[in-house]
Amino acid sequence: MRGLGRLVGRALARLVPVLLAISILVFSIVHAIPGDPAVIAAGLEAAPATVERIRRDLGLDQPLPIQFASFVGRTLAGDLGVSIRTGAPVGQEILDRLPHTVILAAGGVVIAVGLGLAIGIAASLSRRVVTDRLLTALSLLSASTPSYWLALMLMLVFSVGLGWLPAIGVGTPAHYVLPCVALGLQSAGAVARMTRASVREVLAQDFLRAARAKGVPERLAIARHGLRNALLPVLGLVGLRVGGLLAGTVLVESVFAVPGVGRMMVDAVVARDFPMVQGGVLVVATMVVVVNALTDVTASWLDPRVRT
Amino acid sequence: MTASLAFFRRDPLAAVAAVVLAVAAIAALAGPWLAPFDPLGVDLAANYQPSSWTHPLGTDHLGRDTLSRLLAGARVSLGIALAATGAGLLVGAALGLVAAWRRGVVDLLFMQAVDILLALPELLLAITAITILGRGTTSTVVAVAVYAVPSFARIVRAAAQPLVGADYVTAARAAGASDARVLWRHVLPGCAAPMLAHATVMLGSAILLASGLSFLGLGVQPPEAEWGAMLSRGRELLRTAPLGAVAPGVAITATVLSFSLLGDGLRDAASPRRRSRLT
Repeated sequence: MRGLGRLVGRALARLVPVLLAISILVFSIVHAIPGDPAVIAAGLEAAPATVERIRRDLGLDQPLPIQFASFVGRTLAGDLGVSIRTGAPVGQEILDRLPHTVILAAGGVVIAVGLGLAIGIAASLSRRVVTDRLLTALSLLSASTPSYWLALMLMLVFSVGLGWLPAIGVGTPAHYVLPCVALGLQSAGAVARMTRASVREVLAQDFLRAARAKGVPERLAIARHGLRNALLPVLGLVGLRVGGLLAGTVLVESVFAVPGVGRMMVDAVVARDFPMVQGGVLVVATMVVVVNALTDVTASWLDPRVRT
Repeated sequence: MTASLAFFRRDPLAAVAAVVLAVAAIAALAGPWLAPFDPLGVDLAANYQPSSWTHPLGTDHLGRDTLSRLLAGARVSLGIALAATGAGLLVGAALGLVAAWRRGVVDLLFMQAVDILLALPELLLAITAITILGRGTTSTVVAVAVYAVPSFARIVRAAAQPLVGADYVTAARAAGASDARVLWRHVLPGCAAPMLAHATVMLGSAILLASGLSFLGLGVQPPEAEWGAMLSRGRELLRTAPLGAVAPGVAITATVLSFSLLGDGLRDAASPRRRSRLT
């Protein structure tokens, strides 16, 4: 347990500069746009009095470092500002929409891991070079296919063609199937490739030779000794992919008209509703790096060579 | 010439990829002359048409010929990818060279920044960039270039690090060559192979990201034809003219996959150690 504490401490130490960088990035959006930040924050059609009030409220008449400090303070207190368009609190809007996005990303991870592991483990039983080539090609193909186009094709086959699943919107669990598949397939190929390579590497290790030598059947040897050790690198890969999956929801939400955070960000960019964009980028980026840090800690903790 | 023939014989997939990319390049260069219709020509009386002899890939919601738009889109999609990858390569290579050359604090700071940028999903970075710059083709190029910079910086730094300490570089410095000259004449050429291999892969990633942005309506703006933008109303095509929704995606996937295959092949050819893969 002392090992875990140290791992968490190290992960936090690495996380803080990244979070700081994200907040600087998000903070700088309003200042990097040409023009008066107060006018930008108030909306271009706002009355001069409103602009002045917003300038005072947001402290835009203060020096930049103080503005940044108060921005961080407000954010930590959960205040992400209000939408220029609707005047609604950005934090609440994101909270309302976040469940859809999280379900999509989690479902995508389940598809990617489930399919990737199944294919990867099945392929690891084969020693042939062709299998390796095939998996490499498959993983490149799945990474090269745009998720939003795959989503359209799934919709064409399963909604328009077969009529099995609803095409757009949310409401029932069935609504989430196609978006999750479209999202997850993109990473499934990489997971399969990594699983096979990792399992094959572990199979060549001494402790597996020892298991075989004492008469454990090959399948059991893989299941009992091989997989447990082979899955660590896969876990690391999945952790890295979660970021892409979370951000990828932006595209898939658009195809399936899912009212998630991604769709909100896109609409906000089009409407130049900057607090909305800032809030969305801040929340999603933070989730991405936190999930990465968590998988990092878990993978290290599960690896006895690192734990000690 | 014989060297490239040997390369393609050893890696037949890369050869197929090269052929696909040649087709895409021809479409990008000669598209306007090959296209049967004006890619921007609206004909509302003939919208959502299925595949026919006149319109092999059907028409879109404004009655524009899908094949003609696909050909016109090749130039836009490949052009954006080339411009963004080129810009990313220039800035990234410069950062990587300086980091490897100066070492110490500069290296540490640069690489910390690179790591942070690499930790963020490209789509979020791109959305941030486009929020600042506004929507449009130029913003798309910048957004994709921002995504390309950190990986180039990392690769060039890794390739330059061993060269910076090499005897011939020390000799050049001893002979009185300026830092810039040493980097340009003696270090950069040594980084060319991994840099070009990565640029090839990056062209594919750039197409994927740029077309995604255009699909969302944040990149290339209508009425211009771009592969991703052509799909942004794809849902409406599914019932009447599904080929219009299929074709741009096939074009994107085939091009991106080909860049990946060719780039992987080049990378393997550039580093002999990777040639013997673990199977």
